[in-house]
Amino acid sequence: MNSAFHDRRSFLVAASLTGVALLCPLGLSAPALAQGGLAPTRTMRGGSNNYRPNAPLVESLGSGFLVHGIVRRAGDGAPLGNVRIQIWAATTLGGEREPRNHGSVLTQADGSFQLEMMQIVPNFGQPHAHLAYDDGAYQTVFLRPVMPSPRDVSVGADFVLAQA
Amino acid sequence: MSRIGKVVTWAVLAAAMIVPIAIAATSPYLAYRGPAYLVGGFAGIICLSLLLIQPLLAAGYLPGAPPTTERRWHHRVGWAIITCVVLHVGGLYLTSPPDTLDALLLVAPTPFSVYGVLAMWGVLLTGVLVALRRRIGLHYSSWRIVHNALALVVVVATVIHAIQIEGAMGMLSKSLLCIAVLGATMATLFDLRIIRPLLFRRGRSSQPVRDLASSED
Repeated sequence: MNSAFHDRRSFLVAASLTGVALLCPLGLSAPALAQGGLAPTRTMRGGSNNYRPNAPLVESLGSGFLVHGIVRRAGDGAPLGNVRIQIWAATTLGGEREPRNHGSVLTQADGSFQLEMMQIVPNFGQPHAHLAYDDGAYQTVFLRPVMPSPRDVSVGADFVLAQA
Repeated sequence: MSRIGKVVTWAVLAAAMIVPIAIAATSPYLAYRGPAYLVGGFAGIICLSLLLIQPLLAAGYLPGAPPTTERRWHHRVGWAIITCVVLHVGGLYLTSPPDTLDALLLVAPTPFSVYGVLAMWGVLLTGVLVALRRRIGLHYSSWRIVHNALALVVVVATVIHAIQIEGAMGMLSKSLLCIAVLGATMATLFDLRIIRPLLFRRGRSSQPVRDLASSED
């Protein structure tokens, strides 16, 4: 269901990009061209569930499991450094509302981020993590990546952020 | 049925219902869950298990008990199923209100949620109709069609819901229980609503259509 949701969205994005490309020769302005670059990541359904704003910046939330990704800017795809990403998940420490399962990290200059935490365990039927960008400079995005297997020891999620 | 046959039948049924629950009780995930999640999760598992015996009681297939007794237990198990559904949804709500509300509002990202909600409404509607059937003047002939249709929806939706969930249940025992639940439901509906009426109409039935509810209700 989720994938169908995304496929439809990808189709709409692709279709609108194609439309923009087709209109370009007709003299569309430069700003419209810029929008035709890397499309922003859309918030996923359920992504903001059990969000606790302003999770503290942490070195780690435990060990054995890695949440990672890259943050880039919509349009030109430039990596965004020093951006705060908030992460939470149900782990062996407890559920998604357990404070010890909430933490923030800052991206490196190359846009990458990673947070080591305790093993994520299936919660409400799916092993998944939650990630948020919610700091105002760019539009807020909530992600909810699902692990292909509950035995996985890492999960990735990338952000493409649009100017607020 | 011989005495040994009866014992074997009940033993197999009890094992089919209890072993999947016992396996779930050994899941390492339980250590990471709070009381509300534990109660909610096991209420769901017990509910799936009860769906196995429920059609068998309705049809009076189980040996060693008079049909009226089985009918009475069908009624009791029905209320137990409703109770389990309420505990399941309530326990999940206390564990994570936003996830549960998303499911109830049909906007959850998890594909199995919509089947769980469908089954929930099927169970609750059945309970309402059982309580109000006489008051609203629903005749037995109509009621049993409505009840059977709702039961089929509940069973199929519950099985799809259960099979897609990664949780405390063991995958093998869960799959086998789901197959058994589907089989028991299909066999009962086929027998009660197709085979027996046909045999009865052709006058070849050795006994009248044993539809116990018609005598009681």
